Amino acid sequence: MTRLSPSDSASLVTQIKVAPRALNAVPDLRVDVRNLDFYYGTFHALKSVQLPVANAKVTALIGPSGCGKSTLLRSFNRMHDLYPGNRYEGEIMLLPEQLNIVGRDVDPMLVRLRIGMVFQKPNPFPKSIYDNVAAGLTIRGISSRSVLDERVERALRQAALWDEVKDRLKTSAYGLSGGQQQRLCIARALAPEPDVLLLDEPTSALDPIATAKIEDLIDEFRDRYTVVIVTHNMQQAARISDYTAFMHLGHMVEYGATADVFSRPADERTIAYVTGRFG
Amino acid sequence: MTDISQLSEAEIIRSARRSEKRFALLGLSVLSLTMLVLLTLIIDFMVDGLGRIDYDFLTSFPSRRPNDAGILSAWVGSALVMIVTAALAVPLGVAAGLYLEEYAPKNLITNLIEINVTNLAGVPSIIYGLLALGLFIQMFGLGQTIFVAGLTLALLILPIIIVATREAVRSIPQEVREAAFALGADKWQTVGGYILPAARPGILTGAIVGMSRAIGETAPIITIGALTFIAFLPPSPVGPEFPFINFDWLGSPFTVMPIQMFNWVSRPQAGFHVNAAATGLILLAMTLLMNAGAIWLRYKLRRAMR
Repeated sequence: MTRLSPSDSASLVTQIKVAPRALNAVPDLRVDVRNLDFYYGTFHALKSVQLPVANAKVTALIGPSGCGKSTLLRSFNRMHDLYPGNRYEGEIMLLPEQLNIVGRDVDPMLVRLRIGMVFQKPNPFPKSIYDNVAAGLTIRGISSRSVLDERVERALRQAALWDEVKDRLKTSAYGLSGGQQQRLCIARALAPEPDVLLLDEPTSALDPIATAKIEDLIDEFRDRYTVVIVTHNMQQAARISDYTAFMHLGHMVEYGATADVFSRPADERTIAYVTGRFG
Repeated sequence: MTDISQLSEAEIIRSARRSEKRFALLGLSVLSLTMLVLLTLIIDFMVDGLGRIDYDFLTSFPSRRPNDAGILSAWVGSALVMIVTAALAVPLGVAAGLYLEEYAPKNLITNLIEINVTNLAGVPSIIYGLLALGLFIQMFGLGQTIFVAGLTLALLILPIIIVATREAVRSIPQEVREAAFALGADKWQTVGGYILPAARPGILTGAIVGMSRAIGETAPIITIGALTFIAFLPPSPVGPEFPFINFDWLGSPFTVMPIQMFNWVSRPQAGFHVNAAATGLILLAMTLLMNAGAIWLRYKLRRAMR
């Protein structure tokens, strides 16, 4: 591991600095981002990004506003394809099946059927609680009442929402509080049992109590789900993630076990960010 | 410009309150003026025609004697024409609006279509009447029938429904689309399953505004040659024998309420003028009822979503 000063050339800076200990601690990869470049039209938003995502672990993406962490997350399920003029180069390999998520010949729908996402703002559909959780299942053609009932209940239990809503499953999702709505969105994403769960600043619109509930959930997902979470809250990353990646201006600056990144960061910019000097 | 720094805080607040009041007053007077005109119209109609409305008036055919004349064929005609108009204009308009908003590539041709649709909403209705006369009646030989009248009015209100659908669809937040796509939905699952149901209240309002416009249209109906004296009803849409439903009424000659009214107004006898006022009152009531229905339905649908 070499420590680089900020005066080093840009190409060197883009190289990921993975602590040897961290590499050893990632025996089992679920997703591997290799030399990913992303362009919004002509704007080069992600620059040769590398990121290993450990299976059944929580990986946090942190960094100042505009660093590309949300852009990277939204590449994982090809959300950028919804808007014209966006372009990927490089690979996001889904393992072990070696599926390049951003490959030109890969259908974005196939990717989204495998990878679930929860957004920054709770965005339930204007439908009943039950229909919201069942949405991903009906999209997949599941229509059997008993299967739906069972999987809706399981997803709601996993999202720790079952006890609060079991008596009003047929009422509108808009009647729930913001925190409940976000847990509903988590249940909706979990119901189809995705390979990877993406969380895009899932607590930024919530109060501290609702935030704590969501963090508890993510804590329980460890060892069961592969989670990638974007957060602007460093304490949150430190609390809930196994691995942390720090991004800056479209570059992946540093990646490692969460404890290492926060206690012994290798890069000047990481040090500055985690000690609160910018961001 | 006055130098604000010279005014005391109390003066600033007073002046702001004053201009606030001025605007509220202006708005209120404009609104009351509009309401007053409508009210005058309704009262005038009522004074002239209310006494004339009874069961016989609604169930009699037109007659040479004003006191025997009724509007049976006119309101039945209006109702049947409206059914045809709604059946044609609503599905076409909603589909076109959805396509333009969700599917169409953003290019020059789409832009041209969009501008044209918006402009079509402002084309005078008599033009549609001439189009129908030339195209449907003379070229296609469809005859002066209920079907052609419905078709013509459907063309007339199509732009209104398209524009309303686009507005309603555009007002659905992007998050709803992203949520559906993120679950792996395809375009139609997203649009049909989540966008369209959420846009329903707005689309419905547009459709009923369009229908209210169509029910009062006279010019295009006259142009295609609706009769002014019809002493029979079109064949019944429901029959006693299998398949219990028939579409012969589509090919029937017809008259509608505004035409019946127009006809009576142009007669010299005062008795017919009373009949015209009574018909106008019923026409107004039908329009207001349709609008009230739209508001109620929109309220119900919005509540179902909240």
